[in-house]
Amino acid sequence: MIGFERVSKWYGSYPALVEIDETIARGEVVVICGPSGSGKSTLLRTVNRLESIQAGRIRIEGRDIHAPGTDVNALRARIGFVFQQFNLFPHLTALQNCTLAPVQLGRLSRSQALEQARALLARVGLAHKADAYPAELSGGQQQRVAIARALAQQPPLMLFDEPTSALDPEMVGEVLAVIRGLAKDGMTLICVTHEMGFAREVADRVLFMDAGRVLERASPAEFFQRPQHPRAQQFLADIRLPFDAR
Amino acid sequence: MRELIDTYGVYFLVGQYPNGPLGGLALTLLLSALALLLALPLGLALGLARLSPWRALRWPVSAFVFTVRATPLLMVVFWAYFGLPALTGYKSGQFATMLVALVVFDGAYLAEIVRAGVQGLGRGQMEAARALGLSHLQALRSVILPQALRHMLPSLVNQFVSTIKETSLGYIIGLSEVSFIASQINTQVFTKPAQVYLWLGFSYFVLCFALSRFAYWMQDRGQRRPATATPA
Amino acid sequence: MFDPSLVLSGPYRDLLVAGLLLSLELAAITLVFALPLAIGVALLRMAPARPLRWLGAAYVEAIRNVPLLAHMLFWYFGAPELLPEPLKRRLYEGNIEAISAVIALTLYTAAYMAEDIRSGMRAIPPVQMEAGRSLGLGFLATVRLVLLPQALRITVPPLISQTLNLWKNTSIATVIGVGELMYQAAQVESASFRSFEPFAFATLSYLSVSLLITGLAAWYQQRYPVRHF
Repeated sequence: MIGFERVSKWYGSYPALVEIDETIARGEVVVICGPSGSGKSTLLRTVNRLESIQAGRIRIEGRDIHAPGTDVNALRARIGFVFQQFNLFPHLTALQNCTLAPVQLGRLSRSQALEQARALLARVGLAHKADAYPAELSGGQQQRVAIARALAQQPPLMLFDEPTSALDPEMVGEVLAVIRGLAKDGMTLICVTHEMGFAREVADRVLFMDAGRVLERASPAEFFQRPQHPRAQQFLADIRLPFDAR
Repeated sequence: MRELIDTYGVYFLVGQYPNGPLGGLALTLLLSALALLLALPLGLALGLARLSPWRALRWPVSAFVFTVRATPLLMVVFWAYFGLPALTGYKSGQFATMLVALVVFDGAYLAEIVRAGVQGLGRGQMEAARALGLSHLQALRSVILPQALRHMLPSLVNQFVSTIKETSLGYIIGLSEVSFIASQINTQVFTKPAQVYLWLGFSYFVLCFALSRFAYWMQDRGQRRPATATPA
Repeated sequence: MFDPSLVLSGPYRDLLVAGLLLSLELAAITLVFALPLAIGVALLRMAPARPLRWLGAAYVEAIRNVPLLAHMLFWYFGAPELLPEPLKRRLYEGNIEAISAVIALTLYTAAYMAEDIRSGMRAIPPVQMEAGRSLGLGFLATVRLVLLPQALRITVPPLISQTLNLWKNTSIATVIGVGELMYQAAQVESASFRSFEPFAFATLSYLSVSLLITGLAAWYQQRYPVRHF
């Protein structure tokens, strides 16, 4: 469904992405992990063109999405994106956050959008908070509303950019549960995350990135038990037992 | 002082109205309100243009805003006074001249307030709106501007206070706003200039102080009930 | 149609240049008096004694809420009448226009600068003083080595911005007959019946100096940036 063909990106002379070459099938759940600055978020953001690319091609369902003349808005309406910082619209209620795009883009009538929004909020466990403003919600609740908002576009593909990194630990679980549910329902997901337990449980494939390159790609079982690349081994060792006194 | 106020109070407040055109404090307020009202759409357009991704729009507008802000208001008034008749072909009145000068001048200052207000929201809001598939304009209309305008309200009231003070320059082209009226009163009374001008200063003070306190109160209320939720 | 030579040589040019120089003088003299006054008022507003703080606040509010033009009218028409006869006579024989203008400009500019200085000093967290003292530095040493460098970096840019305002405000002195740039431009206009050339000269002069001042601010912020935590 998604194909990266020798994708490269530079910030001036700094290489952010180097010759990325990957394919992601429909219905696959892919987790991208790696140290800070490895380019994982950048790679994710090139898929819905929040970032541009300087070389290579990215194809979604066969179409080159960075080609000039592509309808960016139509592309983005078919991709759900969940931000690390939630970025809910603070002047709108949870319900209104979810109805804004479908109504504005003319996909649904107001009543259809409301009905769908209520269903989505119920799905993420927040039916009772439909009329609450983001300021009245906890971080975990806000992120769940953000997921519902992205789902309101009925996208075939969902992108998650470190969805739990900005949350207090006790709220991480509720958000991961929602994402797990989406994976079970067969949604195509690409998730940048540090949550290794989640990756192990839900991912079909893990991509390990460092310094703009994909250094290892494997199933979760192989990656976590038998990492091949030395950087990957170092990374897993660091996050597993950083203060081990052994 | 009492007799001054008794004799000239009404003249000070409304000029020669109803036996002539409106003047005095009433004219000052009318001119300020009208100028700010008309400057708002201009300021909005200029401010958004300064944030536009198209250089062809951004650069000329930024140059215009910078030039107006680097020029004294009096200069702009003189340009309007001498330039408008040349441009439009007929001699415009003092009120119209002052109004045009104020709208152009305040528009440039409001452009900066709008720009700061929008940039203060951070990139995340625009990114989230665009990620949903909304166009740049739709995002501005539904997400960015509703928030930015709300945050800008105290600055807008402060700009209104500035505009009230700016109307005093109408004195120089003979517009019967309150400073001009005060000097007319002074010419007639002749022996009490200190009292007349202290009275003028006091009137401005009461008006502007009340408004700036109101702006302060608005800002305070805005702080106590934050509309933006910050993640951990 | 447009004749720049009208203002680039001859008597008109001399008038305009004299006006420009006087504007610059007004700004410079005001700055010399306004800065210390502003520091004084800022300190008043931060004084431990309540009446002193109130005095500082009253000064700032009373000055800032009245337009500069009204200030000028008062100091030129109103204030001299309150003086005793001999002093008044000496003033009228001297350069009362310029003196009134400088007084009005100084009080007005100082009120705005005082607020900038006050916010600058308040922007430094009080713990910086604690941090300095806990290292063993005395009060004055801490002020000199820790607080003042930070205060300067924060306050100088807004102060330069106020200087820009001051430069533009000198134009208001025209109202009380001071022969600065605006006044001379209007004089040339009525003498020559041409409005474009003298006003273009004046506009370009204001813009050039404004550009210089803005450039100074940009340079300062580049060289001495405020480093946040």
